[in-house]
Amino acid sequence: MKKTPFLEVDRVTKRFGGLLANDRIDFTVEEGEIVSIIGPNGAGKSTLFNCVTGFYRPNSGKISFMGQEMTHYRADQICKMGVARTFQIVQIISDMIALDNVVTGALLRFNKIRPAVEKAEEVLRFTGLIEKKGLLPTELTIADKKRLEVSMALATQPRLLMLDESMAGLTRVELREMIDLIKKIREIGITLVVVEHVMEAVMEISDRVIVLNSGKKIMEGTPQQVVVNREVIQAYLGEKYHVVSP
Amino acid sequence: MPDQLIQQIVNGLLIGFIYSLIAIGLTLIWGVMNIVNFAHGDFLMLGMFTSFWLYTLYGLDPLFSIPICAAFLFISGLLIYRFIVSKVMKGPVLAQLVVTFGVSIFLANLAVFLWTPDFRLIEKPLLHGTWEIGSIKLSVPKFVATIGSVVVSFFVLLFLKKTKTGKAILATEMDREAALLMGINTERINSVSFALGSALVGVAGAFLSMYYYIYPQVGGTFGLIAFCVVALGGFGSIEGAFLAGIIVGLAQTLGGFFIDPAYKFAIVFFIYLVTVWIRPQGLLGW
Amino acid sequence: MQNLSFKQISSGIIVLILLILFPFAFPKPFPQHVMILVFMFGMTGVAWNIMGGYAGMFSFGQVAFFGIGAYTSSFLLITYHINPWLGLVVGGLIAALVGAAIGYPCSNLRGHYFAIASIAFGEIVRTHFNNWKLIGAAEGMTLPMLSESFKNFMFHSSKLPYYYIILAFLILSLGVCHFVATSKMGYYFRAIKESHDVAKVLGIHVVAYRLIAIMISAFLTAMAGTFYAQYVLYLDPESVLILPISVQIVLIAMLGGASSVMGPVIGAAILMPVSEITRVLLGHKGTGVDMMIYGALITLISVYQPKGVWGLFSNIGKRAK
Repeated sequence: MKKTPFLEVDRVTKRFGGLLANDRIDFTVEEGEIVSIIGPNGAGKSTLFNCVTGFYRPNSGKISFMGQEMTHYRADQICKMGVARTFQIVQIISDMIALDNVVTGALLRFNKIRPAVEKAEEVLRFTGLIEKKGLLPTELTIADKKRLEVSMALATQPRLLMLDESMAGLTRVELREMIDLIKKIREIGITLVVVEHVMEAVMEISDRVIVLNSGKKIMEGTPQQVVVNREVIQAYLGEKYHVVSP
Repeated sequence: MPDQLIQQIVNGLLIGFIYSLIAIGLTLIWGVMNIVNFAHGDFLMLGMFTSFWLYTLYGLDPLFSIPICAAFLFISGLLIYRFIVSKVMKGPVLAQLVVTFGVSIFLANLAVFLWTPDFRLIEKPLLHGTWEIGSIKLSVPKFVATIGSVVVSFFVLLFLKKTKTGKAILATEMDREAALLMGINTERINSVSFALGSALVGVAGAFLSMYYYIYPQVGGTFGLIAFCVVALGGFGSIEGAFLAGIIVGLAQTLGGFFIDPAYKFAIVFFIYLVTVWIRPQGLLGW
Repeated sequence: MQNLSFKQISSGIIVLILLILFPFAFPKPFPQHVMILVFMFGMTGVAWNIMGGYAGMFSFGQVAFFGIGAYTSSFLLITYHINPWLGLVVGGLIAALVGAAIGYPCSNLRGHYFAIASIAFGEIVRTHFNNWKLIGAAEGMTLPMLSESFKNFMFHSSKLPYYYIILAFLILSLGVCHFVATSKMGYYFRAIKESHDVAKVLGIHVVAYRLIAIMISAFLTAMAGTFYAQYVLYLDPESVLILPISVQIVLIAMLGGASSVMGPVIGAAILMPVSEITRVLLGHKGTGVDMMIYGALITLISVYQPKGVWGLFSNIGKRAK
């Protein structure tokens, strides 16, 4: 019996006027995996994210989560179903302290404030931000802001977490912390789909890698397979890998 | 086509082109700095009064006071930007919205204080009278004002597309950060745009003064209509503002004709609402 | 967002006692009238805050709700002899429905765009009421002089009952606002204010919550409108539906401190006496000086203290204990 895939992206196409940003993108994600999506700038990775999470409407194709089709669902409905995400440019509430930001996320599953606050503190302990719970976002470093955004997403108690370039702009130490956090998240049973440019991280965390270029999926495989694939290398030709300098 | 209808179309076009000029000034300010200038209508009023007093005290026909109105409003706009508006640009959005209301209320009542709330009129401009084409009446001052507005609009477009400052303004409108990176002094562009927008509406006021009643509260409705025009044309689009002005002018007169004259402005506001619901970027906006 | 501290509750009670005693300390009609205006406008400011300061929808069209409330209860009273208290509820409900009807298509509007839409809305309502024969058009409506009683919501011999009624209304509004601010709704409103994307990604149904904020705000504003009608006993579009009143409501909230529960009350407490006194001293000659001062005041506040009076003390609540 064929097991229902956890996340199924079935020939999703998204057009902006004349530009074909996603061209029949097709892949599945199994529960418990960490899948990375890589590709040069403009390949359509963020567009794909937006289609899956309800921020864009695909022109055609199907998206299903845990067997339920959610192609044209609103973004907030998709979040309720258990798919959470972060953004390339960190989206947090700037005039609330860190704790309150996470409480807002936790409130998805509670109607009263107190249990939401308890949940939020639990999440902040998990992500290592509990000491900074009373700070405003302006007082946080970029790495902390990213962790806050992840905390907010975790507070909605997702089954699937989609991270959009969570490693961008981090120092070597911060990178290590983020990688460790991602592994911790997998350990508590959350499936991850990650868009990344930092190849070191991709190699370390991914079970599978999907490569996009110019709107199409050009390859899918283990990190080792992807890294030696000729088409993939050509797609990146002229683009430096992100090497984190010591 | 019945004559009455043609008359309304003519009237609509006449006022429409003036709306275009007013809106071009407003969309320039909006496009460059993302601020809604609620005092825009009151600058129109100042332009009208400037023209009126030059006529009453010195016998200067409105046609010839246009450069003076332009200069006066340019400087006023510059000062108001420099000392008031620029200070709220980095603050909360609410403050940006309210501050130009404050300026608007201040200016309208300053006019009341200086010149009383009485209605004034320029009785005998140089070019006066009415042409009659068949049974269509065409007021000469209205016609002159309209032509003047079109000419000025044309020159503004030329300025923006052909001169260095003009192109810098357009660049800042399109992408502020990119403009900054290109070495454009965006703060200076802000002041110039605000001043230019004010000068344009001042000139529109000079044109309007050729036939319209001049009184301190006149800015109110024109200001609100200008927003509707700018929204319809697309916030930031000069060509859009030009086109939308004509459409709004026609909508006003034809709407008043077919539905009810008392509702002519309500129809214009309704157009704004429909535009932002269906096509938020306006006709030609981005 | 926490529940009120002991200090806050006790100072609140002290202020309340002072306000209850105020009319006895100042038995003349004028000070009582000023305080009635403070409470009434304070209430509209609190109502504005729910959709504006908290949810980020800066409405410059609140007069529409004010007018709908005032006209609905008055029309029902004059034409069908319906009790004004009932009319108050009906007016509030109608205002809420109209607010939702207009708010729905405007669901994606933010900032300046929303502000202009709200102005357009207010102006359309004013134009319509100005031409609507059923409710008196430009001539307006005069309320019948009924015998003085609480049931009739009408008092002739003294302002005192009006004073206490509007004070009670204000306290009710503050209660609603406090409840909203400290509940799930409050967090969600503030997320929506920050950005629709942030809200959506946390599972918030943005459109629904925006409509809720509008409806609460509309209902409370309409209540104030009904009070106004019963207090002044005469309504016409030029007194009740004009843009400057909407601006005043925004200003009150901003001056006191938008996005704080008590802010608008402080704003009203400052602005109403100032504007009444300047109007009495300087305005009656029609010179416009009082309004020039008002305009200058608005400008100065926006430039130098946009966070309002509350903003001066605002850093209290932000840090966690």
